[in-house]
Amino acid sequence: MNRRHFLLAGAGATAMLGAGALARRAFAAEPLKIGFVYVGPVGDHGWTYRHDVGRRAVEQALGSRVETSFVESVKEGPDAERVIRQMASSGHGLIVATSFGFMNATLKVARQFPNVKFCHATGYKRAPNVSTYMARFYEGRYVAGKVAGKLTKSGIVGYIGSFPIPEVVRGVNAFTLALKTERPDAQVKVVWVNSWYDPGREADAAKSLVDQGADIMMQHTDSPAPLQVAENRGIWGVGQASDMRKFAPKAQITAIVDNWNGYYTDQARAVLDGSWKSTDTWRGFDADMTQMAPYGDRVPADVVALGKKIEEAIRSGKLHPFAGPAKDRDGKLRIPSGSHASDGELLGMDWFVEGVQGSLPS
Amino acid sequence: MNAELATLVAILGTVMTAATPLLFAALGEVVTEKSGVLNLGVEGMMLAGAVVGFVVAASTGSSTLGVIAAAGAGVAISLVFGALTLGLFANQVATGLALTLFGVGLSALVGRSFVGFALAPLPRLDIPGLSDLPVVGPLLFANDALTYLALAMVAVVHYFLFHTRAGLVLRAVGESHDAAHAVGYPVIRIRLCEVMFGGAMAGLGGVYLSLVYTPMWVENMTAGRGWIALALVMFATWRPLNVLVGAYLFGGVTIIQLYAQGLGIAVPSQFMSMLPYLATIFVLVLISRDKVRIRLNAPACIGKTFNPAA
Amino acid sequence: MWPRLEPRGETSRLMLWLTPLIAVVVTVAVGAALFAVLGFAPLATLYAFFVEPLTTGYGIAEVAVKATPLALIAVGLALGYRANVWNIGAEGQLTIGAICGGGVALAFWGEDAGAIVLPLMLVAGTLGGMAWAAIPAFLRTRFNANEILTSLMLVYVATLLLNYLVHGPWRDPEGYNFPQSRLFGPEATLPIIWEGTRLHIGILIALAVAVGGWVLLARGHLGYQIKVLGLAPRAARYAGFSRDRLIWLTMIGSGALAGLAGVIEVAGPLGQLMPSVSPGYGFTAIIVAFLGRLHPAGIVGAAVLVALSYIRGETAQITLRVPLAVVGVFQGLLLFVLLAVDVLVRYRIRFRADEAAAA
Repeated sequence: MNRRHFLLAGAGATAMLGAGALARRAFAAEPLKIGFVYVGPVGDHGWTYRHDVGRRAVEQALGSRVETSFVESVKEGPDAERVIRQMASSGHGLIVATSFGFMNATLKVARQFPNVKFCHATGYKRAPNVSTYMARFYEGRYVAGKVAGKLTKSGIVGYIGSFPIPEVVRGVNAFTLALKTERPDAQVKVVWVNSWYDPGREADAAKSLVDQGADIMMQHTDSPAPLQVAENRGIWGVGQASDMRKFAPKAQITAIVDNWNGYYTDQARAVLDGSWKSTDTWRGFDADMTQMAPYGDRVPADVVALGKKIEEAIRSGKLHPFAGPAKDRDGKLRIPSGSHASDGELLGMDWFVEGVQGSLPS
Repeated sequence: MNAELATLVAILGTVMTAATPLLFAALGEVVTEKSGVLNLGVEGMMLAGAVVGFVVAASTGSSTLGVIAAAGAGVAISLVFGALTLGLFANQVATGLALTLFGVGLSALVGRSFVGFALAPLPRLDIPGLSDLPVVGPLLFANDALTYLALAMVAVVHYFLFHTRAGLVLRAVGESHDAAHAVGYPVIRIRLCEVMFGGAMAGLGGVYLSLVYTPMWVENMTAGRGWIALALVMFATWRPLNVLVGAYLFGGVTIIQLYAQGLGIAVPSQFMSMLPYLATIFVLVLISRDKVRIRLNAPACIGKTFNPAA
Repeated sequence: MWPRLEPRGETSRLMLWLTPLIAVVVTVAVGAALFAVLGFAPLATLYAFFVEPLTTGYGIAEVAVKATPLALIAVGLALGYRANVWNIGAEGQLTIGAICGGGVALAFWGEDAGAIVLPLMLVAGTLGGMAWAAIPAFLRTRFNANEILTSLMLVYVATLLLNYLVHGPWRDPEGYNFPQSRLFGPEATLPIIWEGTRLHIGILIALAVAVGGWVLLARGHLGYQIKVLGLAPRAARYAGFSRDRLIWLTMIGSGALAGLAGVIEVAGPLGQLMPSVSPGYGFTAIIVAFLGRLHPAGIVGAAVLVALSYIRGETAQITLRVPLAVVGVFQGLLLFVLLAVDVLVRYRIRFRADEAAAA
């Protein structure tokens, strides 16, 4: 047959197949398509990795009722907007944006797709179809501080920070406040590496801190490099976002683990049964959004017991990590005794407590 | 050893580890450039070595195999460059840039399933007796095999370039490929060999990162070191001994700014982070001013395409 | 035996236009093989990569939005590369341009300054890029320092400067201390020319620049000087063309365009200053310049192609789970193949047997 016939036949066949597929679809309930937008690679073994664990948990919990997909290493900015819009216009009913820098992009797209639901991590702007969520990581930092206070000999703690944003500053402060209850003379040295994920630089920073006498390594960056250095140099360290024990079997005291499984599953369920609302979720130990990894084998039993006791106290609400009194480095009283910092104060925290050495933008 | 000295030794030790990958890559590039070829693809070759070395070490359990494989990967990817620039007379600058791009992407692809793997770093090789010397001991004689190799290569490359006949021929090719061709030297073959050597060294520099510095694989883990190595070659006016000095200088500047932060120096961290790059520019300017020196040491035919049929 | 390559003496015009097409075809073929090896259905992946992004009006607009900065910067770079002046630091010049333009926008924020703001921003951004490129130009002409390395190092410096500004002095006071500037007001945002998309007037600016570059190269005396300097530096010297002047002009020119691209990005799709304002446009533009054969017309086409390759990478991730790294491999491959087939333009393939037979 000549070309025209061939083309017509092909078109006809395609149409029939398409119709058949559509027909089949109409009978089965469409699974909810959930799209995840990651700022880093899934293999970072930190922040993004834990979000992906959450994604897989949703798949496992809800099976054939959901269909998930993800795009990794999406740069904040115009690219993010395009990716989110792509997801919104390709039938995704729920989109999860896992980085602060996606905020404006998410809101822009959300305005144009009012029927799609969005969850934005660590942001502060909401809309009728945009929720925000974050975990109270600082609760874990407080526990780490207590434990570190008991374990440190030199009284110097190295803290590798990514960027001087409130989330990181909160973590440093919570850690230091706890540290000083056990070791009032202890000092926390903060080094900024200006990146969330740069193993080479994190390793350099860690080495420089150890060389200056630190015997505990804390980090608010995403790679296991600082812990590797801790392992190599024979000091203690605390993992970030996920259990990093396989990188530092001897050195890791514990890790502050992000757990998004429950949150994501709840959100997906809410979309499925139509009860989804725009909310702001900021939970910690009490909802298991923050968890402490199992303590390392070399950690003494009494230290482990203390850690667990503090964790329980925070979980039950008896202990607030930011309970006053707390002074900043200029001696000004920021949290009066008898009260604790409000969520608003925590969200915008831009000052360090006494005992922290590190620069902050003015 | 008192506390200050101990700190100094520790800092120097850290600087050494920071300098080693630069040393490998820069030494390889010195040889390549001395023969007249400008290979800007160092970053890509280093990453190729880093990923292949890690993958092989993780899969076979042998870091030795990993190191050898890394050198091999560097050679393989440099062959693409060699084929294009020496065989097809492509523009060396553009090809080098393409090599970097390709290397970055390919290594990310190959290493995809190995992200998150943990490997034990290469073991420290103590030399009995010497390692216990105060100060010098832990610094010079208690390193891993690759650090020793890098230091040894400085001597080897220096000797080869300036004290052997083969080195003389190589330099002649770099100075005037037409003259060398007229005398009968196989210009293209010599250059190809040096390109491959550069690839092998870059591969070793890369595997140092993934097996010693931070024993894991991360996309783009060289983080610009290949470019700094290129600057280093110019800074050292193509002399291996100067490369050693330069590598330690650059390694030092990178580390110093982190120390300064830890010491509480109140300059915003971003400005501290700028130091290595500003230092590179500064040093480059200083070196380049001396036109005579440059002309003495820079291979005259660098970057120029050689076509025997022309 | 290796077939010999004989110089043609005169560049083949046919090959000049044919080689990019050959390069694309070969790259697609190799890419399909790559996909097959990685376990993805080659045809479906190729469809997702090439065709799908162009099936909607929005998709086409997105390609244009992404191609705009690429074309803008590449035209400037191409003029320099032709003269053997290697500006590798366009990314830094772009960043400084974004900073300067953004600074103007923030200075006028909240005040009802009207229509003067946007042109002022564009001028500021252009000047900023020029100033940043002047540094390597100065270092090259005065101290003979290699511009490849100086311009590259300045990229890192520029990025850190931006980082400092959005973390500190230019931080949004109502932004809970997060590192970003205020959102620019409507008078500081580029107007959209296609309703419902993100296509802004930046694309018209880019096209105008491409045409201007073409004219300059083909007609202008400056274009002539550039070409001669690149092809025969000694002849250029004898003819009295000042090498230093050309270095300055091409560096500043490419810096200006990169700065313009930077301010267009922040005044357009971005709308504010963030720690990162460009996903590597300055470096990708280098590829675009070569892909477009260092000619403004080719560059426009190459910019579209490369923009497509970025966007399709995201699409492919969503629909087919193809990893992002494939995009980099693709682009590198494309450049390699192009450089390889480029040889056909300047050389003729001769087989040894012919020689022997002729002898």
